Amino acid sequence: MLAPQVEIMLVAALAGAACALPGVFLFLRRMSLVGDAISHAILFGIVAAFLIVRDLRSPWLMIGAAGTGVLTAVAVDALRRTGRVKEDAALGLVFPALFSLGVVGIARGVGNIHLDLDAVLLGELAFAPFDRLTWGGWDLGPRGAWVMGGLLLLNLVLILAFYKEFMLSAFDPDLATIFGFQPAVLHNVLMGMTALTVVAAFDVVGVVLVVAMLVVPAATAALLTDRLAPMLGLSVLLGLLMALGGYGLAYALDLSIAGSMATVGGILFALAFLGAPAHGLIAQARQAARQRERLAQQMLVIHLLSHEGTEAEREENCIRTLPAHLRWDPAFAERVIVRAERAGWVVREGDLLRVTEAGRQAAQEILGANGGAPSHPPS
Amino acid sequence: MATFLSARHEPPAPGDGPVIKVTDLTVMYGDRPVLWDVDWEVPAGVLMAVVGPNGAGKTTMLRTILGLVRPVAGSITVFGRPPAEARRWIAYVPQRTAVDWDFPATVLDVVLMGRYSHLGWVRRPGAQDRERALEALAQVGMVHLAHRQIGQLSVGQQQRVFVARALAQDAWLYLMDEPFAGVDATTEQALIEVLRGLKAAGRTVIVVHHDLQTVPLYFDWVTLLNVRCVAWGPVTTVFTADYLRQTYGERAGILSG
Amino acid sequence: MGFVFLMDPTFRLVATGSALIGAVGGVLGTFALLRRQSLLGDAMSHAALPGIVLAFLLTGSRDLPLLLVGASLSAWLGALLVVLITHRSRIRPDAALGLVLSVFFGIGMALLTVAQRRPTAAQAGLERFLFGQAALMLPQDVEWIARTAALIFLLIFLFWKEFKVLAFDPAFAAAMGLPVMALDILLTTLTVLAIALGLQAVGVVLTSAVLVAPAAAARQWTNRLERMVVLAGGFGALAGVLGTLLSTWIGRLPTGPVIALCASGIALFSLLFAPRRGLAWTVKSPGGKRRAGPSG
Ligand SMILES: Nc1ncnc2c1ncn2[C@@H]1O[C@H](COP(=O)(O)OP(=O)(O)O)[C@@H](O)[C@H]1O
Ligand SMILES: [Mg+2]
Repeated sequence: MLAPQVEIMLVAALAGAACALPGVFLFLRRMSLVGDAISHAILFGIVAAFLIVRDLRSPWLMIGAAGTGVLTAVAVDALRRTGRVKEDAALGLVFPALFSLGVVGIARGVGNIHLDLDAVLLGELAFAPFDRLTWGGWDLGPRGAWVMGGLLLLNLVLILAFYKEFMLSAFDPDLATIFGFQPAVLHNVLMGMTALTVVAAFDVVGVVLVVAMLVVPAATAALLTDRLAPMLGLSVLLGLLMALGGYGLAYALDLSIAGSMATVGGILFALAFLGAPAHGLIAQARQAARQRERLAQQMLVIHLLSHEGTEAEREENCIRTLPAHLRWDPAFAERVIVRAERAGWVVREGDLLRVTEAGRQAAQEILGANGGAPSHPPS
Repeated sequence: MATFLSARHEPPAPGDGPVIKVTDLTVMYGDRPVLWDVDWEVPAGVLMAVVGPNGAGKTTMLRTILGLVRPVAGSITVFGRPPAEARRWIAYVPQRTAVDWDFPATVLDVVLMGRYSHLGWVRRPGAQDRERALEALAQVGMVHLAHRQIGQLSVGQQQRVFVARALAQDAWLYLMDEPFAGVDATTEQALIEVLRGLKAAGRTVIVVHHDLQTVPLYFDWVTLLNVRCVAWGPVTTVFTADYLRQTYGERAGILSG
Repeated sequence: MGFVFLMDPTFRLVATGSALIGAVGGVLGTFALLRRQSLLGDAMSHAALPGIVLAFLLTGSRDLPLLLVGASLSAWLGALLVVLITHRSRIRPDAALGLVLSVFFGIGMALLTVAQRRPTAAQAGLERFLFGQAALMLPQDVEWIARTAALIFLLIFLFWKEFKVLAFDPAFAAAMGLPVMALDILLTTLTVLAIALGLQAVGVVLTSAVLVAPAAAARQWTNRLERMVVLAGGFGALAGVLGTLLSTWIGRLPTGPVIALCASGIALFSLLFAPRRGLAWTVKSPGGKRRAGPSG
């Protein structure tokens, strides 16, 4: 038997990884909030299934609860289709209702269900080592690890089996239909996968924070890569980091485990949001600055060209008066001119700027794209 | 905010200058120029068509005049002021109105919104405003639908509601982005009469138009736009096969025959 | 089992508070619904949790107004982050909402474990903000709720036509020269206040139900915004009172879920039986889609 901490970490890590997989497809299909709705609705499913199965550990309870999750997605879609409410409102109507029913059921102890509301919100990860799977007298380890591990495996198998179908229907549902992939079937597979995973992870992090495990790794991965396979890999990795980092944080500071996991997820996302190589805020700002400068150089060359050989050339193309004509700040104009010189687009001739052959070609490229019609009206 | 706070709707200062003056205007979306180095002037009291192929930047031009799009270079004045300050004198009919057609509002409710620019804060539209709104609806032939929920209209009728809203604004400059799209011939005639009435009242009207055939019939001025401003001026001098070819490429041939 | 508690001043107090909370939620929910921001309310209410707990941790006070200031600030921050994330990255609104909702809630839950170590934590009763416990409302709380509600109603009355055009056609509002951004901020602030007021009775997890359900119900009964707002306010108040009543009557229940269920019930009834729009009146046709103009 492993140390309890290690067992907890194992269960947490498996849950993080298992949720991160369907999360990617929810993200790509803009259905992250459907994941949210499902995770709330399964509470009702758990209570309802418990009334029939009367065993919180039964696999039937899991399947029943997951079924409620899928039905929720169907109900939301049907409600939206009636045209009476928009999609956001349809979601906002259905899941609080089901969730409330679940909470009332639990609070009233319907059918002697033994769950407390704290566990609903936070899961019972700390108790994972006490709930063991035994077989023929052998201790096989914490049941949670087997359940989450099984789901991780199931998700992996499903995604590998339907990889190209999933990919196509995530990016282009119409094309997927044309190819005969039946997006409706895939959609239901995804919903089922999500619901089952969420029901299982419910024990680990509770109803609300499952959402963090579904959404955060996928969204963070999407900032780091543009391709599906790496996105899935990164998402799993981030799910692991979030789960283990969260556990570490909770352990170190004696905080709620589920809460810490979401917190760590938030930190990971914030880091990517700021610093992601291509899509981060910092990279965006750099790119925008570069683009501004490039545009300014182009405008400079075109301005010079349009006055080349005219009477106004002395006045318009003079280094000293250029900033005023282009409505540029002098310091900025100086920088642009220096860059344009370095690019070999212009040369100085005394006070005058002249466009080089290379500059002429660059201008042609821009104007060529837009037709070189004269910009001044007939007088 | 200041413009809206000055509640009374005093007319723009009269002057001899053009209503719109655009110099060296460049607008980019990302790194693609949509308007490039445009110089343009619109004198007061013209009924002007803006024509050009799809993606020529016509919509962008109108939105820039309203100050809703920030140019990367150049300057614009409207009634001698920066765009944002001139908005209270402008009525705008967008090309596609992306509103929720299931919104709980009647046709009259929507047209009344045109009166808001005259009211300033807090004040409600009164009997006079209702009258003006109904009048505007009458001008587009829709009074009988005043109390319909807007979702219950046809596409053409919806377009007319937004024209009526602009009319109810009693503006000095009208910017209309393809107001005849999806509108039947009778309505189109009725609308053009309304626009002529505006011109007669000394208002300036700029209409993005896609039917080249009717340009000389409907408008007295025209602007040919394709990223750059190819030409503008009175229809009689500017609406020539040559300029059209420069604007549209070879496709303009269909017209010049 | 009697209904003596109906005469009980404490119950009346609590019912008044819940009615006000429901009414405010319904009125602002109308705007949220029409602006397709129903789920922003959900994200904001979850995002309020860390603010409540931090306010308690920093000041050690359990005064409702103080806690709710903390709630409002962090709910606002949550809304702002949703906007920032959707505008400045490729993350789309659904994921941004899910992200903010779950991360803020997680931070709140983590902070709650810190707060619970404080000796005064028990009296502060921060747990009531999870699922709501209307019965814990004090007279001064209700007074405070009434004042804030009055302020909210007044501002909506004053800026009625501006909010109306903002909800219907923000592009037109901007073209007309209305300060769209400032109005948006004002309306969001009012929504945040409505959420903060609701937290005590409904809880962070379910406050969105008080925003969405009454408004969605009201939409089915009328095609006029004026009537819709009044109806939504009424439905919200009804749900508030009914929920409080039922949870008191049944006992051993947090109020939040019961109020949410009442609001959902009203919405369900309206969706089915409202004149003209009621689904019960539509003859079953494939998809059951009613033509409502080219929306979508
Ligand atoms: N918000 C936008 N972001 C990026 N590109 C845009 C945007 N709006 C328009 N464009 C592009 O700019 C070009 C000009 O658009 P527009 O002004 O609508 O042209 P027009 O109205 O003449 O058809 C088009 O190629 C269009 O695709
Ligand atoms: Mg256009």
